[in-house]
Amino acid sequence: MLRLVNGPQTVGNGPAFWISFLVVLVGALVYPLFADAYDVGNFAYFLLWVFMALGLCLMWGYCGMLSFGQTFFFGIAGYAYGVLAINFGGGTMTLAALVLAVLLAALAALVLGYFLIWGRVGGVFFGIVTLSATLVLAFFLGQTAGPEWRIGEARLNGFNGMKGMDPLNVPWFDDETLYFEGSSLYYLAIGMIVLVYLGLRMLLNSRFGNVIVAIREDPQRAELLGYDVRKYQLVTFIIGSSLAGLSGVLYTSWGQFITPSSVGLPAAAMPIVWVAFSGRGDITATMVGSFLILVAFQTITVHSQQAALILMGAMLLTTVMVAPQGFVIGVARLVGRLFRRGPSARAGD
Amino acid sequence: MTEILQTRALGKTFGGLDAVSDVDLSVQTGEIHCLIGPNGAGKSTLFKLVVGTYAPTRGNIVFRDRDVTAQRPYQRVKEGMSIKMQTPSVFRELPVRQNLHIALQHHVASQALAQEEDRLLELLELSADAGKPAGVLSHGQQQWLEIGMALALKPALLLLDEPTAGMSPEETFRTGELIQQLNGTGVTVLVVEHDMTFVRQIAQRVTVLHFGKVFARGSIEEILADQRVEEIYLGKPHEH
Repeated sequence: MLRLVNGPQTVGNGPAFWISFLVVLVGALVYPLFADAYDVGNFAYFLLWVFMALGLCLMWGYCGMLSFGQTFFFGIAGYAYGVLAINFGGGTMTLAALVLAVLLAALAALVLGYFLIWGRVGGVFFGIVTLSATLVLAFFLGQTAGPEWRIGEARLNGFNGMKGMDPLNVPWFDDETLYFEGSSLYYLAIGMIVLVYLGLRMLLNSRFGNVIVAIREDPQRAELLGYDVRKYQLVTFIIGSSLAGLSGVLYTSWGQFITPSSVGLPAAAMPIVWVAFSGRGDITATMVGSFLILVAFQTITVHSQQAALILMGAMLLTTVMVAPQGFVIGVARLVGRLFRRGPSARAGD
Repeated sequence: MTEILQTRALGKTFGGLDAVSDVDLSVQTGEIHCLIGPNGAGKSTLFKLVVGTYAPTRGNIVFRDRDVTAQRPYQRVKEGMSIKMQTPSVFRELPVRQNLHIALQHHVASQALAQEEDRLLELLELSADAGKPAGVLSHGQQQWLEIGMALALKPALLLLDEPTAGMSPEETFRTGELIQQLNGTGVTVLVVEHDMTFVRQIAQRVTVLHFGKVFARGSIEEILADQRVEEIYLGKPHEH
Protein backbone atom coordinates (compact mmCIF):
# COMPACT_ATOMS: atom_id res chain seq x y z
CA MET A 1 0.00 0.00 0.00
CA LEU A 2 2.71 2.46 1.02
CA ARG A 3 4.54 1.91 -2.24
CA LEU A 4 1.71 3.85 -3.89
CA VAL A 5 3.09 7.12 -2.53
CA ASN A 6 5.34 6.92 -5.59
CA GLY A 7 3.94 6.47 -9.06
CA PRO A 8 3.21 7.90 -12.46
CA GLN A 9 0.64 10.46 -11.31
CA THR A 10 2.87 12.36 -8.89
CA VAL A 11 5.97 14.42 -9.49
CA GLY A 12 8.82 13.60 -7.13
CA ASN A 13 9.37 9.89 -6.64
CA GLY A 14 13.07 9.54 -5.93
CA PRO A 15 15.13 9.60 -2.72
CA ALA A 16 16.12 13.24 -3.39
CA PHE A 17 12.47 14.25 -3.33
CA TRP A 18 11.66 12.40 -0.12
CA ILE A 19 14.75 13.73 1.64
CA SER A 20 13.67 17.26 0.65
CA PHE A 21 10.16 16.46 1.86
CA LEU A 22 11.48 15.38 5.26
CA VAL A 23 13.73 18.44 5.54
CA VAL A 24 10.78 20.76 4.83
CA LEU A 25 8.57 18.82 7.25
CA VAL A 26 11.14 18.98 10.05
CA GLY A 27 11.62 22.70 9.30
CA ALA A 28 7.86 23.21 9.55
CA LEU A 29 7.71 21.29 12.84
CA VAL A 30 10.47 23.31 14.53
CA TYR A 31 9.35 26.65 13.09
CA PRO A 32 7.07 27.56 16.04
CA LEU A 33 10.00 27.09 18.43
CA PHE A 34 11.77 30.04 16.86
CA ALA A 35 9.02 32.16 15.37
CA ASP A 36 6.79 34.83 16.81
CA ALA A 37 3.40 33.48 18.01
CA TYR A 38 1.59 35.90 15.70
CA ASP A 39 3.48 34.59 12.67
CA VAL A 40 2.77 30.98 13.66
CA GLY A 41 -0.94 31.78 13.88
CA ASN A 42 -0.75 33.41 10.46
CA PHE A 43 0.97 30.36 9.01
CA ALA A 44 -1.74 28.16 10.50
CA TYR A 45 -4.27 30.36 8.67
CA PHE A 46 -2.44 29.88 5.34
CA LEU A 47 -2.31 26.14 5.82
CA LEU A 48 -6.08 25.92 6.34
CA TRP A 49 -6.69 26.76 2.70
CA VAL A 50 -4.34 24.14 1.30
CA PHE A 51 -7.00 21.40 1.66
CA MET A 52 -9.36 23.30 -0.61
CA ALA A 53 -6.60 23.75 -3.19
CA LEU A 54 -5.69 20.04 -3.05
CA GLY A 55 -9.34 19.12 -3.56
CA LEU A 56 -9.60 21.34 -6.63
CA CYS A 57 -6.33 19.96 -7.98
CA LEU A 58 -7.74 16.43 -7.67
CA MET A 59 -10.95 17.31 -9.51
CA TRP A 60 -9.59 19.68 -12.13
CA GLY A 61 -6.00 18.65 -12.67
CA TYR A 62 -6.45 14.90 -12.46
CA CYS A 63 -10.05 14.29 -13.49
CA GLY A 64 -10.69 17.24 -15.81
CA MET A 65 -13.63 18.70 -13.86
CA LEU A 66 -13.24 22.44 -13.32
CA SER A 67 -15.34 23.07 -10.24
CA PHE A 68 -16.03 26.67 -9.31
CA GLY A 69 -17.82 25.39 -6.24
CA GLN A 70 -15.06 24.93 -3.69
CA THR A 71 -16.33 27.79 -1.56
CA PHE A 72 -19.86 26.38 -1.81
CA PHE A 73 -18.69 23.32 0.15
CA PHE A 74 -16.36 25.47 2.26
CA GLY A 75 -19.40 27.53 3.28
CA ILE A 76 -21.68 24.56 3.90
CA ALA A 77 -19.14 22.87 6.17
CA GLY A 78 -18.05 26.12 7.83
CA TYR A 79 -21.59 27.14 8.69
CA ALA A 80 -22.47 23.57 9.66
CA TYR A 81 -19.54 23.50 12.07
CA GLY A 82 -20.70 26.75 13.60
CA VAL A 83 -24.30 25.57 13.97
CA LEU A 84 -23.30 22.21 15.41
CA ALA A 85 -20.58 23.53 17.73
CA ILE A 86 -22.97 26.10 19.19
CA ASN A 87 -25.84 23.66 19.55
CA PHE A 88 -23.68 20.87 20.94
CA GLY A 89 -22.54 23.31 23.61
CA GLY A 90 -18.94 23.48 22.40
CA GLY A 91 -16.22 21.72 24.35
CA THR A 92 -14.94 18.45 23.03
CA MET A 93 -18.12 18.00 21.00
CA THR A 94 -16.45 20.29 18.48
CA LEU A 95 -14.66 17.23 17.11
CA ALA A 96 -18.04 15.64 16.40
CA ALA A 97 -19.06 18.92 14.78
CA LEU A 98 -15.97 18.77 12.55
CA VAL A 99 -16.76 15.24 11.38
CA LEU A 100 -20.46 15.92 10.82
CA ALA A 101 -19.79 19.19 9.00
CA VAL A 102 -17.38 17.53 6.56
CA LEU A 103 -19.87 14.69 6.06
CA LEU A 104 -22.56 17.26 5.30
CA ALA A 105 -20.30 18.83 2.66
CA ALA A 106 -19.74 15.34 1.22
CA LEU A 107 -23.50 14.76 1.12
CA ALA A 108 -24.03 18.08 -0.64
CA ALA A 109 -21.33 17.08 -3.15
CA LEU A 110 -23.06 13.74 -3.68
CA VAL A 111 -26.38 15.42 -4.48
CA LEU A 112 -24.99 18.25 -6.65
CA GLY A 113 -22.47 15.93 -8.32
CA TYR A 114 -25.12 13.34 -9.09
CA PHE A 115 -27.28 15.82 -10.98
CA LEU A 116 -24.31 17.35 -12.78
CA ILE A 117 -22.57 14.13 -13.77
CA TRP A 118 -25.61 11.96 -14.46
CA GLY A 119 -27.09 14.96 -16.28
CA ARG A 120 -23.98 14.97 -18.51
CA VAL A 121 -23.06 18.54 -17.59
CA GLY A 122 -19.44 18.80 -18.64
CA GLY A 123 -16.71 21.15 -19.77
CA VAL A 124 -17.25 24.83 -19.15
CA PHE A 125 -20.85 24.23 -18.08
CA PHE A 126 -19.63 22.25 -15.08
CA GLY A 127 -17.83 25.39 -13.92
CA ILE A 128 -20.84 27.59 -14.64
CA VAL A 129 -23.29 25.44 -12.70
CA THR A 130 -20.97 25.00 -9.70
CA LEU A 131 -20.34 28.76 -9.68
CA SER A 132 -24.09 29.36 -9.82
CA ALA A 133 -24.58 27.11 -6.79
CA THR A 134 -21.87 29.06 -4.98
CA LEU A 135 -23.46 32.43 -5.77
CA VAL A 136 -26.91 31.19 -4.74
CA LEU A 137 -25.53 30.06 -1.37
CA ALA A 138 -23.68 33.35 -0.85
CA PHE A 139 -26.82 35.31 -1.73
CA PHE A 140 -28.95 33.16 0.54
CA LEU A 141 -26.56 33.51 3.49
CA GLY A 142 -26.40 37.27 2.95
CA GLN A 143 -30.15 37.68 3.55
CA THR A 144 -30.24 35.76 6.84
CA ALA A 145 -29.84 38.81 9.07
CA GLY A 146 -33.27 38.56 10.70
CA PRO A 147 -33.78 36.83 14.05
CA GLU A 148 -35.91 34.17 12.33
CA TRP A 149 -32.79 32.80 10.63
CA ARG A 150 -31.54 30.65 13.43
CA ILE A 151 -30.91 26.94 13.79
CA GLY A 152 -31.35 26.05 17.41
CA GLU A 153 -29.14 28.44 19.36
CA ALA A 154 -27.12 29.49 16.30
CA ARG A 155 -28.04 32.69 14.47
CA LEU A 156 -26.82 33.00 10.88
CA ASN A 157 -26.61 36.82 11.08
CA GLY A 158 -26.60 37.70 7.38
CA PHE A 159 -23.59 39.66 6.12
CA ASN A 160 -22.25 40.06 9.63
CA GLY A 161 -21.76 36.32 9.75
CA MET A 162 -22.12 33.66 12.36
CA LYS A 163 -19.95 33.87 15.44
CA GLY A 164 -19.60 32.52 18.96
CA MET A 165 -18.71 28.91 18.23
CA ASP A 166 -15.90 27.23 20.19
CA PRO A 167 -12.70 26.44 18.36
CA LEU A 168 -11.80 22.79 17.95
CA ASN A 169 -10.54 21.32 21.20
CA VAL A 170 -9.71 18.03 22.88
CA PRO A 171 -9.31 16.91 26.51
CA TRP A 172 -5.68 17.28 27.57
CA PHE A 173 -3.52 16.21 30.51
CA ASP A 174 -4.41 17.22 34.09
CA ASP A 175 -8.07 17.84 33.20
CA GLU A 176 -6.98 20.63 30.91
CA THR A 177 -8.54 21.32 27.50
CA LEU A 178 -6.35 21.86 24.46
CA TYR A 179 -7.86 24.49 22.18
CA PHE A 180 -6.56 24.39 18.63
CA GLU A 181 -5.43 27.97 18.31
CA GLY A 182 -2.09 29.51 17.44
CA SER A 183 0.70 26.94 17.45
CA SER A 184 -1.57 23.99 18.33
CA LEU A 185 -3.76 24.80 15.31
CA TYR A 186 -0.58 25.10 13.28
CA TYR A 187 0.51 21.59 14.31
CA LEU A 188 -2.97 20.21 13.71
CA ALA A 189 -2.97 21.69 10.21
CA ILE A 190 0.53 20.33 9.48
CA GLY A 191 -0.48 16.85 10.65
CA MET A 192 -3.66 16.88 8.60
CA ILE A 193 -1.90 18.16 5.51
CA VAL A 194 0.70 15.40 5.72
CA LEU A 195 -2.05 12.79 6.08
CA VAL A 196 -4.17 14.23 3.26
CA TYR A 197 -1.16 14.73 1.00
CA LEU A 198 0.15 11.17 1.44
CA GLY A 199 -3.38 9.76 1.19
CA LEU A 200 -3.97 11.61 -2.08
CA ARG A 201 -0.64 10.42 -3.46
CA MET A 202 -1.63 6.83 -2.72
CA LEU A 203 -5.08 7.36 -4.21
CA LEU A 204 -3.68 8.95 -7.36
CA ASN A 205 -1.10 6.23 -7.95
CA SER A 206 -3.65 3.47 -7.39
CA ARG A 207 -5.97 1.93 -9.97
CA PHE A 208 -8.48 4.65 -9.12
CA GLY A 209 -5.94 7.35 -10.01
CA ASN A 210 -5.13 5.68 -13.30
CA VAL A 211 -8.80 5.72 -14.22
CA ILE A 212 -9.42 9.37 -13.36
CA VAL A 213 -6.45 10.56 -15.43
CA ALA A 214 -7.76 8.38 -18.26
CA ILE A 215 -11.14 10.13 -17.89
CA ARG A 216 -9.39 13.50 -18.04
CA GLU A 217 -7.65 12.48 -21.25
CA ASP A 218 -10.59 10.86 -23.04
CA PRO A 219 -13.80 9.98 -21.18
CA GLN A 220 -15.23 7.96 -24.06
CA ARG A 221 -12.09 5.84 -24.37
CA ALA A 222 -12.16 5.28 -20.61
CA GLU A 223 -15.75 4.07 -20.80
CA LEU A 224 -14.86 1.82 -23.72
CA LEU A 225 -12.30 0.16 -21.47
CA GLY A 226 -15.14 -0.88 -19.20
CA TYR A 227 -15.09 1.88 -16.58
CA ASP A 228 -18.27 3.55 -15.41
CA VAL A 229 -16.92 7.05 -15.87
CA ARG A 230 -19.77 8.68 -13.95
CA LYS A 231 -19.02 6.82 -10.72
CA TYR A 232 -15.34 7.71 -10.82
CA GLN A 233 -16.17 11.36 -11.51
CA LEU A 234 -18.69 11.45 -8.68
CA VAL A 235 -16.30 9.90 -6.15
CA THR A 236 -13.59 12.36 -7.22
CA PHE A 237 -16.02 15.26 -6.89
CA ILE A 238 -17.05 14.15 -3.41
CA ILE A 239 -13.45 13.79 -2.19
CA GLY A 240 -12.38 17.14 -3.68
CA SER A 241 -15.41 18.95 -2.31
CA SER A 242 -15.05 17.36 1.13
CA LEU A 243 -11.52 18.73 1.31
CA ALA A 244 -12.98 22.19 0.69
CA GLY A 245 -15.39 21.42 3.52
CA LEU A 246 -12.46 20.57 5.79
CA SER A 247 -10.95 23.97 4.99
CA GLY A 248 -14.27 25.56 5.87
CA VAL A 249 -14.41 23.87 9.27
CA LEU A 250 -10.83 24.75 10.15
CA TYR A 251 -11.37 28.35 9.02
CA THR A 252 -14.48 28.74 11.19
CA SER A 253 -12.69 27.16 14.12
CA TRP A 254 -9.66 29.42 13.57
CA GLY A 255 -11.58 32.70 13.54
CA GLN A 256 -14.67 31.58 15.47
CA PHE A 257 -16.76 33.24 12.81
CA ILE A 258 -17.78 32.77 9.19
CA THR A 259 -19.41 35.23 6.81
CA PRO A 260 -21.06 34.98 3.37
CA SER A 261 -18.10 36.80 1.84
CA SER A 262 -16.02 33.66 2.35
CA VAL A 263 -18.40 31.94 -0.08
CA GLY A 264 -18.98 34.67 -2.71
CA LEU A 265 -17.44 35.32 -6.10
CA PRO A 266 -14.01 36.76 -5.18
CA ALA A 267 -13.47 33.94 -2.68
CA ALA A 268 -14.67 31.34 -5.20
CA ALA A 269 -12.14 32.53 -7.77
CA MET A 270 -9.17 32.23 -5.43
CA PRO A 271 -8.73 28.43 -5.47
CA ILE A 272 -8.78 28.54 -9.28
CA VAL A 273 -5.92 31.07 -9.25
CA TRP A 274 -3.90 29.12 -6.68
CA VAL A 275 -4.20 25.83 -8.52
CA ALA A 276 -3.74 27.24 -12.02
CA PHE A 277 -0.65 29.18 -11.00
CA SER A 278 0.85 26.30 -9.03
CA GLY A 279 0.19 23.61 -11.63
CA ARG A 280 -3.04 21.69 -11.59
CA GLY A 281 -1.33 18.55 -12.86
CA ASP A 282 0.37 17.73 -9.57
CA ILE A 283 -0.65 17.85 -5.92
CA THR A 284 2.84 18.69 -4.64
CA ALA A 285 3.00 21.73 -6.91
CA THR A 286 -0.48 22.73 -5.79
CA MET A 287 0.35 22.34 -2.11
CA VAL A 288 3.58 24.35 -2.27
CA GLY A 289 2.32 26.93 -4.76
CA SER A 290 -0.94 27.61 -2.96
CA PHE A 291 0.85 28.14 0.34
CA LEU A 292 3.33 30.56 -1.24
CA ILE A 293 0.57 32.51 -2.99
CA LEU A 294 -1.36 32.79 0.26
CA VAL A 295 1.71 34.16 2.03
CA ALA A 296 2.29 36.66 -0.80
CA PHE A 297 -1.38 37.63 -0.91
CA GLN A 298 -1.51 38.25 2.83
CA THR A 299 1.71 40.25 2.75
CA ILE A 300 0.41 42.52 0.01
CA THR A 301 -3.06 42.75 1.57
CA VAL A 302 -1.52 44.36 4.65
CA HIS A 303 -0.64 47.32 2.41
CA SER A 304 -3.51 47.22 -0.08
CA GLN A 305 -6.28 44.68 -0.56
CA GLN A 306 -7.02 46.03 -4.03
CA ALA A 307 -3.41 45.56 -5.06
CA ALA A 308 -3.51 41.95 -3.84
CA LEU A 309 -6.63 41.21 -5.89
CA ILE A 310 -5.08 42.82 -8.98
CA LEU A 311 -1.99 40.68 -8.44
CA MET A 312 -4.14 37.54 -8.32
CA GLY A 313 -5.80 38.51 -11.60
CA ALA A 314 -2.45 39.28 -13.20
CA MET A 315 -1.07 35.94 -12.03
CA LEU A 316 -4.01 34.06 -13.55
CA LEU A 317 -3.64 35.88 -16.87
CA THR A 318 0.11 35.33 -16.95
CA THR A 319 -0.30 31.66 -16.15
CA VAL A 320 -2.84 31.14 -18.92
CA MET A 321 -0.71 32.97 -21.47
CA VAL A 322 2.84 31.97 -20.49
CA ALA A 323 2.73 28.73 -18.52
CA PRO A 324 -0.65 27.03 -18.88
CA GLN A 325 0.60 24.00 -16.95
CA GLY A 326 1.53 26.21 -13.98
CA PHE A 327 4.65 27.95 -12.79
CA VAL A 328 5.51 25.78 -9.81
CA ILE A 329 5.21 22.54 -11.76
CA GLY A 330 7.31 24.11 -14.52
CA VAL A 331 10.08 24.98 -12.07
CA ALA A 332 9.84 21.53 -10.42
CA ARG A 333 10.22 19.78 -13.77
CA LEU A 334 13.13 22.01 -14.70
CA VAL A 335 14.89 21.14 -11.44
CA GLY A 336 14.06 17.48 -12.00
CA ARG A 337 15.68 17.58 -15.44
CA LEU A 338 18.79 19.26 -14.05
CA PHE A 339 19.22 16.55 -11.45
CA ARG A 340 18.26 13.65 -13.69
CA ARG A 341 21.06 11.18 -13.82
CA GLY A 342 20.14 8.65 -16.45
CA PRO A 343 18.20 8.65 -19.70
CA SER A 344 15.65 6.25 -18.24
CA ALA A 345 14.68 8.50 -15.34
CA ARG A 346 11.16 9.89 -15.47
CA ALA A 347 10.63 13.59 -15.96
CA GLY A 348 10.10 15.22 -12.66
CA ASP A 349 11.76 12.50 -10.61
CA MET B 1 -21.33 -22.39 -34.95
CA THR B 2 -23.20 -20.28 -32.42
CA GLU B 3 -24.07 -16.66 -32.84
CA ILE B 4 -22.16 -14.34 -30.56
CA LEU B 5 -23.88 -11.15 -31.73
CA GLN B 6 -27.26 -10.55 -33.28
CA THR B 7 -29.16 -7.44 -34.14
CA ARG B 8 -32.88 -7.82 -34.68
CA ALA B 9 -34.75 -5.28 -36.82
CA LEU B 10 -32.34 -2.65 -35.54
CA GLY B 11 -33.05 0.93 -36.56
CA LYS B 12 -31.81 4.43 -35.88
CA THR B 13 -33.50 7.58 -37.07
CA PHE B 14 -31.97 11.05 -36.99
CA GLY B 15 -34.75 13.57 -37.49
CA GLY B 16 -36.55 12.22 -40.54
CA LEU B 17 -33.59 10.22 -41.82
CA ASP B 18 -33.36 6.47 -41.34
CA ALA B 19 -29.60 6.06 -40.95
CA VAL B 20 -30.06 2.37 -40.12
CA SER B 21 -33.24 0.51 -40.89
CA ASP B 22 -34.39 -3.01 -39.97
CA VAL B 23 -30.90 -4.46 -39.85
CA ASP B 24 -30.60 -8.12 -38.92
CA LEU B 25 -26.92 -8.77 -38.43
CA SER B 26 -25.53 -12.07 -37.28
CA VAL B 27 -21.92 -12.63 -36.22
CA GLN B 28 -20.81 -16.23 -35.62
CA THR B 29 -18.45 -17.15 -32.80
CA GLY B 30 -14.87 -17.37 -34.02
CA GLU B 31 -15.22 -15.63 -37.37
CA ILE B 32 -13.89 -12.42 -38.87
CA HIS B 33 -16.96 -10.62 -40.08
CA CYS B 34 -16.66 -7.48 -42.18
CA LEU B 35 -19.32 -4.84 -42.51
CA ILE B 36 -18.87 -2.94 -45.76
CA GLY B 37 -20.73 -0.45 -47.89
CA PRO B 38 -20.28 2.83 -49.71
CA ASN B 39 -20.03 6.16 -47.89
CA GLY B 40 -23.23 6.99 -46.05
CA ALA B 41 -24.40 3.36 -46.00
CA GLY B 42 -24.85 3.44 -42.21
CA LYS B 43 -21.85 1.31 -41.24
CA SER B 44 -20.54 3.61 -38.53
CA THR B 45 -24.03 4.25 -37.17
CA LEU B 46 -24.64 0.51 -36.93
CA PHE B 47 -21.27 0.12 -35.23
CA LYS B 48 -22.15 2.79 -32.67
CA LEU B 49 -25.48 1.10 -32.02
CA VAL B 50 -23.73 -2.19 -31.34
CA VAL B 51 -21.16 -0.48 -29.12
CA GLY B 52 -23.80 1.49 -27.23
CA THR B 53 -22.75 5.05 -27.96
CA TYR B 54 -26.05 5.48 -29.85
CA ALA B 55 -29.37 4.25 -28.48
CA PRO B 56 -31.45 2.52 -31.16
CA THR B 57 -34.79 3.95 -32.23
CA ARG B 58 -36.12 0.39 -32.55
CA GLY B 59 -34.95 -3.21 -32.50
CA ASN B 60 -32.71 -5.25 -30.23
CA ILE B 61 -29.09 -6.21 -29.80
CA VAL B 62 -28.31 -9.64 -28.37
CA PHE B 63 -24.76 -10.44 -27.26
CA ARG B 64 -23.87 -13.88 -25.94
CA ASP B 65 -27.58 -14.68 -25.60
CA ARG B 66 -28.26 -11.59 -23.49
CA ASP B 67 -30.22 -8.57 -24.61
CA VAL B 68 -27.80 -5.66 -24.21
CA THR B 69 -29.90 -3.04 -26.00
CA ALA B 70 -30.34 -0.89 -22.88
CA GLN B 71 -26.80 -1.35 -21.58
CA ARG B 72 -24.24 1.43 -21.56
CA PRO B 73 -20.93 0.92 -23.40
CA TYR B 74 -18.96 0.06 -20.25
CA GLN B 75 -21.48 -2.65 -19.39
CA ARG B 76 -21.16 -4.18 -22.85
CA VAL B 77 -17.38 -4.15 -22.43
CA LYS B 78 -17.80 -6.04 -19.17
CA GLU B 79 -19.95 -8.58 -21.02
CA GLY B 80 -17.00 -9.28 -23.34
CA MET B 81 -17.04 -6.69 -26.13
CA SER B 82 -13.96 -4.67 -26.87
CA ILE B 83 -14.03 -1.64 -29.09
CA LYS B 84 -11.74 0.42 -31.28
CA MET B 85 -13.36 3.52 -32.70
CA GLN B 86 -12.71 5.04 -36.14
CA THR B 87 -10.35 7.83 -35.08
CA PRO B 88 -7.51 6.80 -32.78
CA SER B 89 -8.54 7.63 -29.24
CA VAL B 90 -5.60 6.94 -26.99
CA PHE B 91 -4.67 8.80 -23.81
CA ARG B 92 -2.34 11.20 -25.59
CA GLU B 93 -0.59 12.75 -22.59
CA LEU B 94 0.09 9.42 -20.90
CA PRO B 95 2.98 7.09 -21.76
CA VAL B 96 2.28 4.19 -24.11
CA ARG B 97 2.87 1.67 -21.31
CA GLN B 98 0.40 3.45 -19.02
CA ASN B 99 -2.23 3.36 -21.78
CA LEU B 100 -1.94 -0.42 -21.80
CA HIS B 101 -1.74 -0.54 -18.01
CA ILE B 102 -5.09 1.24 -17.67
CA ALA B 103 -6.68 -1.23 -20.04
CA LEU B 104 -5.11 -4.24 -18.33
CA GLN B 105 -5.62 -3.33 -14.67
CA HIS B 106 -9.26 -4.49 -14.85
CA HIS B 107 -8.52 -8.16 -14.85
CA VAL B 108 -4.79 -8.70 -14.49
CA ALA B 109 -3.23 -9.13 -11.05
CA SER B 110 -0.81 -6.36 -10.02
CA GLN B 111 2.23 -8.63 -10.02
CA ALA B 112 1.51 -9.82 -13.58
CA LEU B 113 0.80 -6.39 -15.05
CA ALA B 114 4.33 -5.52 -16.17
CA GLN B 115 4.76 -8.88 -17.88
CA GLU B 116 1.47 -8.54 -19.73
CA GLU B 117 2.33 -4.97 -20.75
CA ASP B 118 5.65 -6.21 -22.17
CA ARG B 119 3.88 -8.96 -24.12
CA LEU B 120 1.46 -6.51 -25.70
CA LEU B 121 4.17 -3.95 -26.44
CA GLU B 122 6.11 -6.64 -28.28
CA LEU B 123 3.04 -7.81 -30.18
CA LEU B 124 2.32 -4.24 -31.26
CA GLU B 125 6.00 -3.52 -32.01
CA LEU B 126 5.92 -0.59 -29.60
CA SER B 127 8.50 -1.77 -27.05
CA ALA B 128 10.95 0.98 -27.99
CA ASP B 129 8.25 3.64 -27.50
CA ALA B 130 6.88 2.37 -24.18
CA GLY B 131 7.92 5.49 -22.25
CA LYS B 132 6.81 8.05 -24.84
CA PRO B 133 3.52 9.92 -24.56
CA ALA B 134 1.01 8.18 -26.82
CA GLY B 135 0.32 11.48 -28.58
CA VAL B 136 3.76 11.53 -30.23
CA LEU B 137 3.30 8.15 -31.94
CA SER B 138 2.61 8.04 -35.66
CA HIS B 139 -1.00 7.69 -36.76
CA GLY B 140 -0.53 4.01 -37.55
CA GLN B 141 1.17 3.33 -34.23
CA GLN B 142 -1.69 5.03 -32.40
CA GLN B 143 -4.12 2.79 -34.27
CA TRP B 144 -2.15 -0.26 -33.15
CA LEU B 145 -1.92 0.99 -29.60
CA GLU B 146 -5.68 1.35 -29.52
CA ILE B 147 -6.08 -2.14 -30.92
CA GLY B 148 -3.71 -3.29 -28.18
CA MET B 149 -5.84 -1.59 -25.53
CA ALA B 150 -8.91 -3.29 -26.96
CA LEU B 151 -7.06 -6.63 -26.87
CA ALA B 152 -5.93 -6.07 -23.31
CA LEU B 153 -9.51 -6.62 -22.20
CA LYS B 154 -9.30 -10.22 -23.46
CA PRO B 155 -12.55 -9.83 -25.37
CA ALA B 156 -14.88 -12.45 -26.77
CA LEU B 157 -15.80 -10.03 -29.55
CA LEU B 158 -13.42 -7.39 -30.91
CA LEU B 159 -15.16 -4.53 -32.69
CA LEU B 160 -13.01 -2.45 -35.03
CA ASP B 161 -14.27 0.62 -36.86
CA GLU B 162 -12.03 1.31 -39.88
CA PRO B 163 -8.89 0.10 -38.12
CA THR B 164 -6.64 0.94 -41.10
CA ALA B 165 -7.84 4.50 -41.69
CA GLY B 166 -4.82 6.66 -42.49
CA MET B 167 -2.39 3.73 -42.60
CA SER B 168 0.16 3.06 -45.33
CA PRO B 169 -0.32 -0.12 -47.43
CA GLU B 170 2.40 -1.85 -45.38
CA GLU B 171 0.79 -0.86 -42.08
CA THR B 172 -2.59 -1.96 -43.43
CA PHE B 173 -1.23 -5.37 -44.39
CA ARG B 174 0.48 -5.73 -41.01
CA THR B 175 -2.80 -4.84 -39.27
CA GLY B 176 -4.56 -7.52 -41.30
CA GLU B 177 -1.99 -10.06 -40.15
CA LEU B 178 -2.44 -8.96 -36.56
CA ILE B 179 -6.22 -9.40 -36.78
CA GLN B 180 -5.83 -12.87 -38.30
CA GLN B 181 -3.34 -13.76 -35.60
CA LEU B 182 -5.85 -12.71 -32.93
CA ASN B 183 -8.65 -14.57 -34.63
CA GLY B 184 -6.43 -17.65 -34.53
CA THR B 185 -6.47 -17.42 -30.74
CA GLY B 186 -10.28 -17.64 -30.71
CA VAL B 187 -11.29 -13.96 -30.74
CA THR B 188 -14.31 -13.15 -32.87
CA VAL B 189 -13.81 -9.95 -34.87
CA LEU B 190 -16.33 -7.56 -36.40
CA VAL B 191 -14.72 -4.99 -38.66
CA VAL B 192 -16.28 -1.97 -40.32
CA GLU B 193 -14.20 -1.21 -43.39
CA HIS B 194 -14.42 0.13 -46.91
CA ASP B 195 -10.91 -0.73 -48.08
CA MET B 196 -11.72 -3.81 -50.19
CA THR B 197 -8.09 -4.92 -50.39
CA PHE B 198 -8.03 -5.14 -46.61
CA VAL B 199 -11.44 -6.84 -46.55
CA ARG B 200 -10.20 -9.45 -49.03
CA GLN B 201 -7.21 -10.10 -46.79
CA ILE B 202 -9.13 -10.81 -43.61
CA ALA B 203 -12.85 -11.38 -44.15
CA GLN B 204 -14.50 -14.74 -43.72
CA ARG B 205 -18.06 -13.46 -43.94
CA VAL B 206 -19.30 -10.10 -45.13
CA THR B 207 -22.45 -8.03 -44.67
CA VAL B 208 -23.01 -5.22 -47.16
CA LEU B 209 -25.00 -2.17 -46.10
CA HIS B 210 -26.61 0.27 -48.50
CA PHE B 211 -28.84 3.19 -47.56
CA GLY B 212 -28.97 1.88 -44.00
CA LYS B 213 -30.26 -1.58 -44.95
CA VAL B 214 -28.66 -4.97 -45.43
CA PHE B 215 -27.99 -5.16 -49.14
CA ALA B 216 -26.16 -8.48 -49.32
CA ARG B 217 -24.46 -11.01 -47.10
CA GLY B 218 -22.34 -14.09 -47.59
CA SER B 219 -18.80 -15.37 -47.77
CA ILE B 220 -16.14 -13.03 -49.13
CA GLU B 221 -16.10 -15.01 -52.39
CA GLU B 222 -19.86 -14.67 -52.80
CA ILE B 223 -19.76 -10.96 -52.13
CA LEU B 224 -16.89 -10.37 -54.53
CA ALA B 225 -18.78 -12.26 -57.21
CA ASP B 226 -21.98 -10.28 -56.66
CA GLN B 227 -22.39 -7.83 -59.52
CA ARG B 228 -24.86 -5.71 -57.51
CA VAL B 229 -22.27 -5.05 -54.83
CA GLU B 230 -19.78 -3.87 -57.42
CA GLU B 231 -22.42 -1.58 -58.83
CA ILE B 232 -23.19 0.16 -55.56
CA TYR B 233 -19.48 0.62 -54.87
CA LEU B 234 -18.91 2.03 -58.38
CA GLY B 235 -22.13 4.02 -58.27
CA LYS B 236 -23.76 2.22 -61.19
CA PRO B 237 -27.58 1.98 -61.34
CA HIS B 238 -29.08 -1.25 -60.04
CA GLU B 239 -32.39 -2.83 -59.18
CA HIS B 240 -33.25 -4.34 -55.80
